[in-house]
Amino acid sequence: MANPMRIRAAAKDGLTEVRVLMSHVMETGQRKDAAGATIPAHFITELTAKHNDRLVLSAQFGPSVSTNPYLAFKFNGGAKGDKITVSWVDNKGDSRTDEVQIA
Amino acid sequence: MNHQRRDVLKAGGSLGLFGLLVAAGLIRPEVAEAAWNKGAFDAKTLDEAFAALGAGKPADSADIQITAPDIAENGAVVPVGVVSNLPKTEQIAILVEKNPFMLAANFEIPAGTVADIQTRIKMGQTSDVYALVKADGKFVVARKEVKVTLGGCGG
Repeated sequence: MANPMRIRAAAKDGLTEVRVLMSHVMETGQRKDAAGATIPAHFITELTAKHNDRLVLSAQFGPSVSTNPYLAFKFNGGAKGDKITVSWVDNKGDSRTDEVQIA
Repeated sequence: MNHQRRDVLKAGGSLGLFGLLVAAGLIRPEVAEAAWNKGAFDAKTLDEAFAALGAGKPADSADIQITAPDIAENGAVVPVGVVSNLPKTEQIAILVEKNPFMLAANFEIPAGTVADIQTRIKMGQTSDVYALVKADGKFVVARKEVKVTLGGCGG
Protein backbone atom coordinates (compact mmCIF):
# COMPACT_ATOMS: atom_id res chain seq x y z
CA MET A 1 0.00 0.00 0.00
CA ALA A 2 1.33 3.35 -0.99
CA ASN A 3 1.80 6.25 1.37
CA PRO A 4 -1.14 8.60 1.92
CA MET A 5 -1.72 11.64 -0.27
CA ARG A 6 -1.59 15.10 1.15
CA ILE A 7 -4.72 16.95 0.14
CA ARG A 8 -5.63 20.57 0.87
CA ALA A 9 -9.02 21.91 -0.08
CA ALA A 10 -10.09 25.48 0.63
CA ALA A 11 -13.38 27.18 -0.25
CA LYS A 12 -13.34 30.90 -1.03
CA ASP A 13 -15.88 33.10 -2.81
CA GLY A 14 -17.88 30.14 -4.12
CA LEU A 15 -14.80 28.45 -5.56
CA THR A 16 -13.01 25.50 -4.04
CA GLU A 17 -9.33 25.05 -4.70
CA VAL A 18 -7.95 21.55 -4.27
CA ARG A 19 -4.25 20.75 -4.09
CA VAL A 20 -3.05 17.18 -4.04
CA LEU A 21 0.43 15.81 -3.45
CA MET A 22 0.63 12.09 -4.17
CA SER A 23 3.40 9.82 -3.03
CA HIS A 24 4.50 7.66 -5.94
CA VAL A 25 7.79 6.70 -7.63
CA MET A 26 6.44 7.41 -11.17
CA GLU A 27 9.13 5.19 -12.70
CA THR A 28 9.23 5.69 -16.49
CA GLY A 29 10.62 2.32 -17.54
CA GLN A 30 13.44 4.18 -19.32
CA ARG A 31 15.99 4.20 -16.52
CA LYS A 32 18.56 1.53 -15.75
CA ASP A 33 19.81 0.48 -12.34
CA ALA A 34 23.47 0.17 -11.30
CA ALA A 35 23.70 -3.30 -12.86
CA GLY A 36 22.40 -2.03 -16.20
CA ALA A 37 19.01 -3.72 -15.93
CA THR A 38 16.01 -1.65 -16.94
CA ILE A 39 13.86 -0.54 -14.02
CA PRO A 40 10.30 -1.52 -14.94
CA ALA A 41 7.75 1.24 -15.43
CA HIS A 42 5.58 1.98 -12.41
CA PHE A 43 3.36 5.03 -12.55
CA ILE A 44 -0.11 6.32 -11.74
CA THR A 45 -2.43 5.89 -14.71
CA GLU A 46 -5.78 7.19 -13.54
CA LEU A 47 -6.98 9.66 -10.98
CA THR A 48 -10.41 10.86 -9.96
CA ALA A 49 -11.51 13.59 -7.58
CA LYS A 50 -14.97 13.84 -6.09
CA HIS A 51 -16.80 16.55 -4.19
CA ASN A 52 -19.13 14.57 -1.94
CA ASP A 53 -20.35 12.09 -4.59
CA ARG A 54 -20.01 14.37 -7.61
CA LEU A 55 -17.06 13.88 -9.96
CA VAL A 56 -15.09 17.13 -10.25
CA LEU A 57 -12.01 15.92 -12.12
CA SER A 58 -10.78 12.79 -13.79
CA ALA A 59 -7.30 12.46 -15.21
CA GLN A 60 -5.06 10.01 -16.98
CA PHE A 61 -1.34 10.20 -16.30
CA GLY A 62 1.59 8.95 -18.33
CA PRO A 63 5.12 8.31 -17.11
CA SER A 64 6.07 11.92 -17.94
CA VAL A 65 4.40 13.16 -14.78
CA SER A 66 6.94 13.95 -12.06
CA THR A 67 7.77 11.71 -9.13
CA ASN A 68 5.36 12.38 -6.27
CA PRO A 69 2.82 14.03 -8.59
CA TYR A 70 1.35 17.38 -7.70
CA LEU A 71 -2.02 18.50 -8.95
CA ALA A 72 -4.05 21.64 -8.32
CA PHE A 73 -7.48 22.48 -9.69
CA LYS A 74 -10.56 24.53 -8.85
CA PHE A 75 -14.28 23.91 -9.07
CA ASN A 76 -17.40 25.98 -8.49
CA GLY A 77 -19.30 25.37 -5.28
CA GLY A 78 -18.19 23.47 -2.24
CA ALA A 79 -18.61 24.57 1.36
CA LYS A 80 -16.63 24.21 4.53
CA GLY A 81 -16.91 20.66 5.86
CA ASP A 82 -17.79 19.07 2.49
CA LYS A 83 -15.91 15.94 1.62
CA ILE A 84 -13.23 15.79 -1.10
CA THR A 85 -12.17 12.29 -2.14
CA VAL A 86 -9.19 11.64 -4.40
CA SER A 87 -8.37 8.18 -5.76
CA TRP A 88 -5.66 6.88 -8.04
CA VAL A 89 -4.74 3.59 -9.68
CA ASP A 90 -1.29 2.73 -11.02
CA ASN A 91 -0.14 0.45 -13.84
CA LYS A 92 0.58 -2.37 -11.39
CA GLY A 93 -2.96 -2.29 -10.04
CA ASP A 94 -2.03 -0.59 -6.79
CA SER A 95 -4.47 2.07 -5.67
CA ARG A 96 -5.03 4.64 -2.97
CA THR A 97 -8.00 6.71 -1.85
CA ASP A 98 -7.83 9.58 0.60
CA GLU A 99 -10.37 12.12 1.71
CA VAL A 100 -10.35 15.48 3.43
CA GLN A 101 -12.91 18.07 4.48
CA ILE A 102 -12.92 21.46 2.79
CA ALA A 103 -11.34 24.00 5.12
CA MET B 1 -9.22 -27.91 -36.70
CA ASN B 2 -7.79 -25.85 -33.86
CA HIS B 3 -10.75 -23.75 -32.76
CA GLN B 4 -8.95 -22.08 -29.90
CA ARG B 5 -6.40 -20.65 -32.27
CA ARG B 6 -9.14 -19.25 -34.48
CA ASP B 7 -10.77 -17.57 -31.50
CA VAL B 8 -7.52 -16.01 -30.40
CA LEU B 9 -6.94 -14.69 -33.90
CA LYS B 10 -10.44 -13.29 -34.03
CA ALA B 11 -10.05 -11.55 -30.67
CA GLY B 12 -6.72 -10.11 -31.75
CA GLY B 13 -8.17 -8.92 -35.03
CA SER B 14 -11.10 -7.14 -33.43
CA LEU B 15 -8.86 -5.43 -30.88
CA GLY B 16 -6.69 -4.14 -33.66
CA LEU B 17 -9.72 -2.85 -35.47
CA PHE B 18 -10.94 -1.07 -32.36
CA GLY B 19 -7.56 0.61 -31.98
CA LEU B 20 -7.67 1.72 -35.59
CA LEU B 21 -11.14 3.14 -35.19
CA VAL B 22 -10.07 5.08 -32.11
CA ALA B 23 -7.00 6.35 -33.92
CA ALA B 24 -9.11 7.40 -36.87
CA GLY B 25 -11.47 9.21 -34.52
CA LEU B 26 -14.44 7.11 -35.60
CA ILE B 27 -15.24 5.97 -32.10
CA ARG B 28 -16.13 8.87 -29.88
CA PRO B 29 -13.41 9.58 -27.33
CA GLU B 30 -15.95 9.28 -24.49
CA VAL B 31 -16.20 5.58 -25.23
CA ALA B 32 -12.50 5.07 -25.77
CA GLU B 33 -11.56 6.89 -22.59
CA ALA B 34 -13.42 4.49 -20.38
CA ALA B 35 -10.01 2.88 -20.02
CA TRP B 36 -6.54 4.40 -19.99
CA ASN B 37 -5.91 5.70 -23.50
CA LYS B 38 -2.93 3.47 -24.34
CA GLY B 39 -2.67 4.62 -27.93
CA ALA B 40 -2.30 8.23 -26.91
CA PHE B 41 0.22 7.55 -24.16
CA ASP B 42 2.32 5.29 -26.41
CA ALA B 43 2.33 7.74 -29.31
CA LYS B 44 5.77 8.54 -30.69
CA THR B 45 4.88 11.64 -32.69
CA LEU B 46 2.66 14.60 -31.96
CA ASP B 47 0.38 13.75 -34.88
CA GLU B 48 -0.09 10.24 -33.51
CA ALA B 49 -0.83 11.53 -30.04
CA PHE B 50 -3.34 14.08 -31.34
CA ALA B 51 -4.98 11.42 -33.49
CA ALA B 52 -5.23 8.98 -30.58
CA LEU B 53 -6.87 11.69 -28.51
CA GLY B 54 -9.36 12.24 -31.31
CA ALA B 55 -8.04 15.73 -31.98
CA GLY B 56 -6.95 15.40 -35.62
CA LYS B 57 -5.05 18.55 -36.54
CA PRO B 58 -5.96 21.12 -33.88
CA ALA B 59 -5.80 24.83 -34.67
CA ASP B 60 -3.70 27.23 -32.60
CA SER B 61 -5.56 29.24 -30.02
CA ALA B 62 -4.63 32.38 -28.08
CA ASP B 63 -7.23 31.60 -25.43
CA ILE B 64 -5.10 28.98 -23.75
CA GLN B 65 -2.43 30.08 -21.32
CA ILE B 66 0.46 27.80 -20.42
CA THR B 67 2.29 28.73 -17.26
CA ALA B 68 5.73 27.16 -17.27
CA PRO B 69 9.24 28.46 -16.63
CA ASP B 70 11.21 29.72 -19.67
CA ILE B 71 14.22 27.87 -18.32
CA ALA B 72 13.81 24.82 -16.11
CA GLU B 73 16.97 23.97 -14.21
CA ASN B 74 15.74 20.55 -13.17
CA GLY B 75 13.90 18.65 -15.88
CA ALA B 76 12.63 16.11 -13.35
CA VAL B 77 10.22 18.62 -11.86
CA VAL B 78 8.86 21.24 -14.25
CA PRO B 79 5.79 23.04 -12.92
CA VAL B 80 3.19 23.46 -15.67
CA GLY B 81 -0.15 25.18 -15.44
CA VAL B 82 -2.81 25.37 -18.13
CA VAL B 83 -5.70 27.81 -18.13
CA SER B 84 -8.31 27.69 -20.86
CA ASN B 85 -10.47 30.77 -21.34
CA LEU B 86 -12.64 28.98 -23.87
CA PRO B 87 -16.22 28.34 -22.81
CA LYS B 88 -17.27 24.72 -22.27
CA THR B 89 -13.75 23.39 -21.90
CA GLU B 90 -14.12 19.67 -21.33
CA GLN B 91 -10.61 18.31 -21.71
CA ILE B 92 -7.03 19.48 -21.22
CA ALA B 93 -4.03 17.40 -22.25
CA ILE B 94 -0.41 18.29 -21.59
CA LEU B 95 2.16 17.02 -24.09
CA VAL B 96 5.93 17.38 -24.28
CA GLU B 97 7.15 17.13 -27.85
CA LYS B 98 10.59 15.66 -27.20
CA ASN B 99 9.79 13.24 -24.38
CA PRO B 100 9.84 9.49 -25.10
CA PHE B 101 6.29 9.50 -23.76
CA MET B 102 4.80 12.68 -25.15
CA LEU B 103 1.49 12.71 -23.44
CA ALA B 104 2.11 13.60 -19.81
CA ALA B 105 -1.43 13.95 -18.56
CA ASN B 106 -4.96 14.14 -19.87
CA PHE B 107 -7.59 15.84 -17.72
CA GLU B 108 -11.32 15.58 -18.19
CA ILE B 109 -13.10 18.64 -16.89
CA PRO B 110 -16.75 18.12 -15.93
CA ALA B 111 -19.16 21.07 -15.95
CA GLY B 112 -18.61 23.17 -12.83
CA THR B 113 -14.88 22.58 -12.69
CA VAL B 114 -12.68 25.50 -13.70
CA ALA B 115 -10.40 24.92 -16.69
CA ASP B 116 -7.33 25.76 -14.63
CA ILE B 117 -4.96 22.89 -13.88
CA GLN B 118 -1.51 22.86 -12.39
CA THR B 119 0.83 19.91 -12.18
CA ARG B 120 4.49 18.98 -12.46
CA ILE B 121 6.05 17.05 -15.32
CA LYS B 122 9.37 15.55 -16.35
CA MET B 123 11.23 16.83 -19.39
CA GLY B 124 14.14 14.97 -20.97
CA GLN B 125 15.44 17.98 -22.87
CA THR B 126 14.54 21.43 -24.13
CA SER B 127 11.22 21.11 -25.91
CA ASP B 128 7.91 22.68 -26.73
CA VAL B 129 5.17 21.95 -24.21
CA TYR B 130 1.74 21.65 -25.78
CA ALA B 131 -1.61 22.17 -24.14
CA LEU B 132 -4.38 20.52 -26.12
CA VAL B 133 -7.84 21.73 -25.15
CA LYS B 134 -11.21 20.38 -26.17
CA ALA B 135 -13.86 23.06 -25.81
CA ASP B 136 -17.41 22.81 -27.08
CA GLY B 137 -16.46 19.72 -29.11
CA LYS B 138 -13.51 21.36 -30.88
CA PHE B 139 -9.81 20.81 -30.27
CA VAL B 140 -7.35 23.68 -30.12
CA VAL B 141 -3.75 23.81 -29.05
CA ALA B 142 -1.18 26.19 -27.58
CA ARG B 143 2.56 25.75 -27.07
CA LYS B 144 5.38 27.15 -25.03
CA GLU B 145 9.07 26.38 -25.24
CA VAL B 146 10.79 25.34 -22.02
CA LYS B 147 14.57 25.18 -21.96
CA VAL B 148 15.89 22.39 -19.79
CA THR B 149 19.33 22.61 -18.21
CA LEU B 150 19.36 19.14 -16.64
CA GLY B 151 17.19 16.42 -18.16
CA GLY B 152 14.77 14.53 -15.97
CA CYS B 153 14.42 11.28 -17.85
CA GLY B 154 17.99 9.93 -17.74
CA GLY B 155 19.35 7.45 -15.22
